[in-house]
Amino acid sequence: MPDAIDVRDIVKTFGDFTAVDHISFAVKAGEIFGLLGPNGAGKSTLIRMMVTLLPPTSGTALVNGFDVARQADEVRRSIGVIPQAMTSDLELSVQENLLIFAKLYGVPRDTRTRLIHDLLEAVELLQWADKPVKNLSGGMRRRVEIARGLVHEPRVFFLDEPTTGLDPVSRTAVWKMLQRIKSQRDLTVLITTHYMDEADKLCDRIAIVDHGHLVALDTPRALKASIPGRSPDSVTLDEVFVHYTGRDLRDALQEPSAADSPFVMRR
Amino acid sequence: MHRTWAIVERELRRFRRSPMLIVMSMIFPLLQLVVLGYAFGGNVKHLKLAVVDQDHGVPAVRIRELAGAVASGARTLDLVEYADPGRAMTDLRNGTVNGVLTIPPDFSRRTLTDNQPRVALISDNTDTFVSATLGATVNSLVAVFNAPVTVDRVASAAVLDVVEVYPYVPYIQYLLPGSITMSVFMMVMIGGGIIFIDDKARGLHEGYLVTPITKLELVAGFNISGTIKAVLAGAVITVIGSLIAGVTNPLDPLRMMRMMVVITLTAFALISLMFLLMVRVTDPLLPRAIFGVLNTVLYFPSGAVYPQAGFPGWMQVIAAVDPFTYSVHAFKSLLLKNTGFEAIAFDVLFLVVFSTVAMTAATLLFKRTL
Repeated sequence: MPDAIDVRDIVKTFGDFTAVDHISFAVKAGEIFGLLGPNGAGKSTLIRMMVTLLPPTSGTALVNGFDVARQADEVRRSIGVIPQAMTSDLELSVQENLLIFAKLYGVPRDTRTRLIHDLLEAVELLQWADKPVKNLSGGMRRRVEIARGLVHEPRVFFLDEPTTGLDPVSRTAVWKMLQRIKSQRDLTVLITTHYMDEADKLCDRIAIVDHGHLVALDTPRALKASIPGRSPDSVTLDEVFVHYTGRDLRDALQEPSAADSPFVMRR
Repeated sequence: MHRTWAIVERELRRFRRSPMLIVMSMIFPLLQLVVLGYAFGGNVKHLKLAVVDQDHGVPAVRIRELAGAVASGARTLDLVEYADPGRAMTDLRNGTVNGVLTIPPDFSRRTLTDNQPRVALISDNTDTFVSATLGATVNSLVAVFNAPVTVDRVASAAVLDVVEVYPYVPYIQYLLPGSITMSVFMMVMIGGGIIFIDDKARGLHEGYLVTPITKLELVAGFNISGTIKAVLAGAVITVIGSLIAGVTNPLDPLRMMRMMVVITLTAFALISLMFLLMVRVTDPLLPRAIFGVLNTVLYFPSGAVYPQAGFPGWMQVIAAVDPFTYSVHAFKSLLLKNTGFEAIAFDVLFLVVFSTVAMTAATLLFKRTL
C-alpha cells in the first residue's frame, strides 16, 4: 500500500528565516501520525505546506499520491483540515457550518443530509445541530470543526493543534472522539501537538520537530526505548523530548517562536 | 459555480443574523440626507443689516422703505437703525450685525441732480454665503430704487425670461442621489470590506483555502454576496429617502426598475473596488482607517453635494474616475428628471467597465495561499 503522505527534503523559508529545514518522512495509510514540538518548531508551517496553504521553497510532498505544488486541487479534494484557529462561523448553526462546507466540497445533495447527521452523531452534537456555534463551549466548537473537516469523507485528516486552549476534560473528550472516528473510517490522521500525553495516547508514530529540523521519528514506545539506560515503561515523552532536543519542552515553549516573527501571521 | 453560491449562502445567512449591521449601514446616509438637506437647503433669512442714514432726505427714506419691505416680506433682512457709523462698524466687527448699509449725507442731493448717487454696503466677508446674500439683496433693492417711476407702454429694454424644465427641486432632493450611493458604499465597507478582513484575521479564510474552490469562485462569491447586501441597503434608502425628500411619485414601477439596475451596478462597482483595495490587506484596522478617507475622496468629488463645474482641475480628474460620479449622475437623472436609460447610458457603461476591471484585478491579485 502506498504511503498516504510522503514528504521529501522539504524546505520553507521566509526571507532569511528557515522555518522548515530539509525534513523528510512518510505516513502510512491508516496511521495516526503525530508531529511533536514546541511553538515555533515548524510544525504548523510543515502542515500548511502539506495542505497546500503554503508553497514549499524546495522539496516535495505527496498527499494521497498527489503533489502539493502541482496537483493542489486533487490534494484539497482528498484531505480534511482543521486549522489551529477556531474557524467555524459563530453566527451560523452547527448544521449550517457543515452544510456550507459540504457544498464547498461539492458533496452531492442526496448524501449531504445523511453525512451531516452521521458526523454530528459521531461528535455527539446531534442535539446541538440547530444551535449557533457561538453558544457552544470551546471543546464543542472543536468537535464542530472536526465534523466539518470530515464532511466530504477525506482519506487524510490534518489536525493542527486541535486541543490547544481546551481544558483537560475537553481535551480528553476530543481524543476519545478522534479515536472513535478513526476506528469507524478508513482514515489517515496527521496531528500536530505540543502535548506529550496527547501524542503518547493517540499516535502510532511520532516525529519530533525542533527549530525546523526533524530530530526523531518512531513509535512512542521505540522513542522511549531509545533513551539509554532506562526502561521504556519508566520514560515519559517529556524525557524523550529533552533527550533529542537538549531542553525541556516547557522551556522550549517559553522561547520566542516564529509565531512572534512577522513571517507567520497567526498561530 | 456551486462553490460561489456556497460562499454567497454563508455570507447572507450571517448577514440575516446581524440586524445591527443592517441598521447601522442605513442610519448614516439617512441622517446625512436629513441633516445636510435641511441645513443647506433653506434660504438665508434674518440677516442683521445696520442702516446708517446720514442724509434723511426723501430718496434716503425711499431706500429705507425698500429695505423695510424686504425685511417684512422675504424676511431676508432684519433692519437695525444706527445714528453713529463708528458704532455700526464696531458691531459689524463684533458680529452683532452682518452688514452696514450707509446712506451718505449727499445722497438725496446727488439723486435729485442725477449726479452719481451712491449708498455703501459694508459686509462681513468671513462668511461668503452671508456676504453674497446681503450683496444680492441690496443690489436688487437698489435696482428697484433706480427703476423709472413711469413705464413705457412697449418696453424697449431686453428682458430675460427664465423657464425651469422641472418643478422646483429642494436641496434635500438634490442630495438624495448621493445618499443612496452612500448607503451602498456603507454596506460595501461594513458588510463587505470590514467583515472580509476580520474573517481573514480570525482565520476563517484558511477554511476556504483548503477546499478545492478557485480564486475566481471565491472572489465572485464575496462580490456577489456583498452586492446583494448593498443592493438591499440602496433599495431601502431609495424608498425611505424619496418619501422624506418628497420625490414626486416615488414608487413609480418603471423608475424603480431603472433605479434597481443602477443600484446593482453601483453596488457591484463599489464592492469590486473595495476588494481590489483589500485583497492583500491583513490588518483589521486598515479598512476602518481608510473608511473615512475613501468616504471623502469618493463622495465629495462626485457632485453629490455641490456641482462639479465649481471644482478645481485636480478634483475634476478625481471626479472623472470616481464611480460615485456616475452613480450620482444616473440617480439624479432618474429621480429628479425621470429620464430613461438613454440619459444614463454612459454612466451605466462606466460602472460596468469599472466593475469588470476592478474585479479582474482583484482576482489576479488574490493569493490562493497564505
